[in-house]
Amino acid sequence: MTTPVLSIENVSYSYEQKDVLEHIDFTIQPGSFVGLVGPNGSGKTTLIKLILGLLHQKRGDIRLFGKSIDKFKEWDRIGFVSQKANSFNSGFPATVYEVVSMGLTSKVGYFRFFKKKHEEKIKEAVDLVGMSDYIHQNIGDLSGGQQQRIFIARALVSEPEFLILDEPTVGVDTENVHRFYKMLRDLNKNKGITLLLVTHDIGTMTSYASDIACLNKQIHFHGDPESFNDLNDQDLSNIYGHPVNAVTHDH
Amino acid sequence: MLSSFLQYEFLRNALYTGLLIGFIGPLLGTFVVVRRLSLIADALSHVTLSGIAFGLMLDKKFGVGISPFYAGMSFSVIGSVFIEQLRRVYKAYQELAIPIILSGGVGLSVIFISMADGFNTDLFNYLFGSVTAVSRQDLWTILIVAILVTSLIALFYKELFMLSFDEEHAVVSGIHARRIHFLFIVLTALVIAASIRIVGVLLVSALMTLPVAASIRIARGFKQAILLSIVFGEVSVISGLIFGYYFEIPPGGTIVLTSILILLVTILVKQVIQRTRTKRVKA
Ligand SMILES: Nc1ncnc2c1ncn2[C@@H]1O[C@H](COP(=O)(O)OP(=O)(O)OP(=O)(O)O)[C@@H](O)[C@H]1O
Ligand SMILES: [Mg+2]
Repeated sequence: MTTPVLSIENVSYSYEQKDVLEHIDFTIQPGSFVGLVGPNGSGKTTLIKLILGLLHQKRGDIRLFGKSIDKFKEWDRIGFVSQKANSFNSGFPATVYEVVSMGLTSKVGYFRFFKKKHEEKIKEAVDLVGMSDYIHQNIGDLSGGQQQRIFIARALVSEPEFLILDEPTVGVDTENVHRFYKMLRDLNKNKGITLLLVTHDIGTMTSYASDIACLNKQIHFHGDPESFNDLNDQDLSNIYGHPVNAVTHDH
Repeated sequence: MLSSFLQYEFLRNALYTGLLIGFIGPLLGTFVVVRRLSLIADALSHVTLSGIAFGLMLDKKFGVGISPFYAGMSFSVIGSVFIEQLRRVYKAYQELAIPIILSGGVGLSVIFISMADGFNTDLFNYLFGSVTAVSRQDLWTILIVAILVTSLIALFYKELFMLSFDEEHAVVSGIHARRIHFLFIVLTALVIAASIRIVGVLLVSALMTLPVAASIRIARGFKQAILLSIVFGEVSVISGLIFGYYFEIPPGGTIVLTSILILLVTILVKQVIQRTRTKRVKA
């Protein structure tokens, strides 16, 4: 069997008094496109922060590419787009090119400088998200959705094997949401990038992802979109704690 | 006007020093401003003052000849380490570190100054800057600081830039955020102490922030912002020194006023450009 990209075993986490995650077991196989859903405050962002090493689990075991997270060093194999990516200081004088270049900083390494091949990669990544016309604009002068695409380019530029996105489509219009999901599917299919995507957009998700996971303190469901759609309303409202509108399909 | 500057050695020293701090001040200042840490410059300059006062006091009371300039520099670096510690203790109120260190610096200064029997011209020079007080040794020290600061910033530019833009992303990417930040804050302390000879304690933070305030209004991208800040910084320092010398005013005042003038002009020019642009769009 291949080594999972991510394996989480019996992980719990609490902020001071409050238990946010309880006994999480969760595995992601290479090449999968996992949609992580769950109501507000269900611990999705917390789980992602644990995976990225921004928080440290109090119990359990997290492995990235088979390596325990405490010993994991190859962070350039992982790309990340944060939920609050577009709440950065909007007056910051940085061009699109400069922002995307940050995605290569740790790959290039200390005491080394950007070279021609890095410049090419940066331009390619900007092109991939369809923002080439804006490459020398200040990031603060772009719309929220455009900024989000730049942050995705920043995550993609280092050609990560595992890309984690926390609600990346907030503030992106419907048409671009679809373009965006298609782009992710292409990355997944053509480049073999493993994806973990947090979203509230369940309807769209089920038509793109290979796996759906439902989180609310615990993982309540993890399976393919078909069996997720077969869950009845009762199951869903148990997970969400309130009724959820019927899942819509749109291709 | 410049020719008489080159004639006397003390004026040459002041001019060269001015050119150096007009470069490193805005260079580091750009990082300081975009990280919203402008007030740290003020806190550190007051800590530097306490070091200077300590040096003057030792000299006067005990005849120990430590240069107040070096004493100030050491205090500034130590102060920067304290700020970092405090910021770690008050995670949710990081800005609290600044008033704590600032008032600590002022408090110590008051004590040392009164122990040294109050004000004298030396102290006045340190407070408001001086065209005439820069010795050849000061110039050498500042040159070394400038070379150190510039090469370290060039070496760690991409990491410093990343940390300034998005700390969380920097950490996730495996950048040693704490160490890089520490380097940054110590460099800031050195630049502040080095600039005090010319601009003075009270106005040193202005040299680091005002040129940047002007440049970020009009710059495209971070490198351009740094470049423009340095241009504005140099223009302010040189014209400030010349006016200061001819009108016998401490250069701190004239340098800051020139910076403010530049800032006002950039704001105005930007507004005019924007207005004509929107008019064109409407037409
Ligand atoms: N820094 C923090 N300190 C204390 N509690 C926190 C902190 N961050 C999150 N929490 C709490 O932990 C719980 C889970 O938060 P989390 O951000 O992981 O939820 P989420 O599933 O990402 O929600 P959303 O869909 O709104 O993004 C929430 O109840 C929240 O109040
Ligand atoms: Mg969240």
